Amino acid sequence: MSDKVDDAAKCMSKLTLTVNRRCVDDEYPDLSKHHNHMAKVLTKDMYARLRERVTSSGFTIDNVIQTGVDNPGHPFIMTVGCVAGDEETYEVFKELLDPVIEDRHGGYKPTDKHKTDINSDNLQGGDDLDPAYVLSSRVRTGRSIRGFTLPPHCSRGERRAIEKMSSEALDSLSGDLKGKYYALKDMTEEEQQQLIDDHFLFDKPVSPLLLASGMGRDWPDARGIWHNNNKTFLVWVNEEDHLRVISMQKGGNMKEVFARFCTGLTKIEDLFKQHGHQFMWNEHLGYVLTCPSNLGTGLRAGVHVKLPNMSKNPQFEDVLKRLRLQKRGTGGVDTAAVGGVFDISNADRLGFSEVELVQMVVDGIKLLVDMEKRLEKGQAIDDLIPEQK
Amino acid sequence: MLITFPSHSCWITAEDSSPSLFSTGNTHPTVTMANPFTRVMSGRNTALMLASVGAGALASGYMFTESSSAAAAERRRLYPPSADFPDLRKHNNCMASALTPKMYAHLRDMVTPNNWTLDQCIQTGVDNPGHPFIKTVGMVAGDEESYEVFAELFDPVIKDRHNGYDPRTMKHPTDLDASKLTSGMFDERYVLSSRVRTGRSIRGLSLPPACSRSERREVERVTVNALSGLKGDLAGRYYSLGEMTEREQQQLIDEHFLFDKPVSPLLTSAGMARDWPDARGIWHNNAKNFLIWINEEDHTRIISMEKGGNMKSVFERFCRGLKEVEHLIQERGWEFMWNERLGYILTCPSNLGTGLRAGVHIRLPMLCKDPRFKKILENLRLQKRGTGGVDTAATGDTVDISNLDRLGRSEVRCSVKRQRRAHESTERIDKSTGLGCDKLCPLLVFNLSSALK
Repeated sequence: MSDKVDDAAKCMSKLTLTVNRRCVDDEYPDLSKHHNHMAKVLTKDMYARLRERVTSSGFTIDNVIQTGVDNPGHPFIMTVGCVAGDEETYEVFKELLDPVIEDRHGGYKPTDKHKTDINSDNLQGGDDLDPAYVLSSRVRTGRSIRGFTLPPHCSRGERRAIEKMSSEALDSLSGDLKGKYYALKDMTEEEQQQLIDDHFLFDKPVSPLLLASGMGRDWPDARGIWHNNNKTFLVWVNEEDHLRVISMQKGGNMKEVFARFCTGLTKIEDLFKQHGHQFMWNEHLGYVLTCPSNLGTGLRAGVHVKLPNMSKNPQFEDVLKRLRLQKRGTGGVDTAAVGGVFDISNADRLGFSEVELVQMVVDGIKLLVDMEKRLEKGQAIDDLIPEQK
Repeated sequence: MLITFPSHSCWITAEDSSPSLFSTGNTHPTVTMANPFTRVMSGRNTALMLASVGAGALASGYMFTESSSAAAAERRRLYPPSADFPDLRKHNNCMASALTPKMYAHLRDMVTPNNWTLDQCIQTGVDNPGHPFIKTVGMVAGDEESYEVFAELFDPVIKDRHNGYDPRTMKHPTDLDASKLTSGMFDERYVLSSRVRTGRSIRGLSLPPACSRSERREVERVTVNALSGLKGDLAGRYYSLGEMTEREQQQLIDEHFLFDKPVSPLLTSAGMARDWPDARGIWHNNAKNFLIWINEEDHTRIISMEKGGNMKSVFERFCRGLKEVEHLIQERGWEFMWNERLGYILTCPSNLGTGLRAGVHIRLPMLCKDPRFKKILENLRLQKRGTGGVDTAATGDTVDISNLDRLGRSEVRCSVKRQRRAHESTERIDKSTGLGCDKLCPLLVFNLSSALK
């Protein structure tokens, strides 16, 4: 064994000598004006070490960081600035990704273990959020299929294989999960319009954050949308991740949304297993997805909620922070709120289980609605201000 | 092993090494000759190649895991070329017209010495189906060798785009002798400005879609060093995009010199906007009529221009400047990418040969409206664009008219002469529509003077 390693080492060094390499100074990116997690962490020395490495599917450090180099970011909004091309990326480039993960996920250490819990029975309450304020409820996550490279790196053949496997698995769902797959490139005008009206359709990414990583290649080949006949369970295939799984409905019954989410996910996972496939998951990182920000649960549970008074209150931001929640406009990330209606969801992804995160949303929204009602009546909310969770 | 090379690719040989390194039967690894600017090998194909070499179990700190050789073999088994062949049924570009499944199967696993693949060449054409009326090229080169390694696809694309020019059999003439240009002085009542541009690539460095940051910075260094040697009316200065001051930026915008990060998906899909604005910049002479763009769509774009209709002067400066720059880089051991078959090598096959676009901004208020205008341009082998450049609309009655051809005709021949004819035909057409030239002139003068108010 050690002979083989010695031989291989000699071969490697010969190969290395043959390929005259330029010095690190010339290759290291200029990150002096950048504000993202990757730029904060990647020193020249680290880059010098990591450019010696490559995953077995050929993903390099330059591939990992390209999106962060191309998108300097904003002093107030820290984007991640790096992506994974395959499951191995998180291992091979851990020197960069571990500190990025720690910074992004509230101090999550390389030795920490992540707990997965998709048993919706463990959720307390959540079926009684006031529908006069809570307009809709939604839970989404992502899943990656082990053995395939991720959207920034996958070949057309792999992407098509993922589409085929996914649409076959989804086709065998039954009961209230029975539904249909619509491939982006084959859908009719009518189908397209219907999906737009239902707010289901996703389009080619325009965000330079996503395009710079290469996930828009070959659009719309092997991309599609599956949804059940009831239009409450939806799966996106080959958008930013292999699969994005979404459960949603109008009103405030988050419990029901989460129950369907868990049932659907478990059924899909079982179907994949029957065909010899599994989701990318490990004890430390939980579910493995393209963007390090989505590791762990990959879960965003949220509501569209009317908070016209609360949102004008100077304590709004602070309350959200204490509740470990974040706000977005109703168009999703990077949009503005319209008519006092906000998208409020959990801020965390990793280090908390699915149940814990949804619980935070349920409890938090209840509190925010109570505060809104107080403010409507002109009453104070100081006694309701929560502790930092 | 699937990596093979056409027989004429003599630059690819194995370094001398112990037999155990390359003992896997019919493997021909892509180890390059010591080229000082070869960047670290990376990418899917390298991993496949090195994995199959049997690097096997390695300690951490080395590149490959135990499973990589098995993984590589499995990947080849699961994804034959047919699994990866792009769906081009709704596409209208030269690449989609030429690429067959058989061709793709031959070429998919080939790599250039810089590790550039066919998929990378064609990505822009796959991502941008094009338009029924506008046929784009749909592919780019990552390096000089792309045109060789992937000749099976590039050649028919070049033929399609360049009116039947066959790189296998034909030779491209280069002629930068400005004294050969006859006429070239245009009526300044019609012609507002004249401009000649081309591109040049530095041999030995990968092209914008493929280049690493260090190669791009090398292009910048080589070019800027050479340009600093220009003297007399060509003496000037360099403005790096990343480092220019606000004032410099505004000045360059006002002069219409500044180029910005490409937004066209045709360009961004090809990967040429990576790491923006690193190593990009603009050089211009003090007289502001000779301008060089560095690391935009090509290594260098060279532009000579001035107000008015003195195309002869513009072309003379263009040729002189180009020759000077070439001489200056040669002094330092570099040269431009050029060969007999394809002329000057540039990123986009549409710019091969001369890479030259000689054009004017010209007022043709009557001619523009004439239904025969399009045909006239076609016959003269000219094209029109809006005054904002490619894909823009004409403002008012001013259009940008330039040569259509790039390959197969020398710089001198390239329609610089023909623009004079376009201008002449304005007068002829106007006469034939019943308006005598004498009646027309006051009309035009009126148009011009009212436009200038």
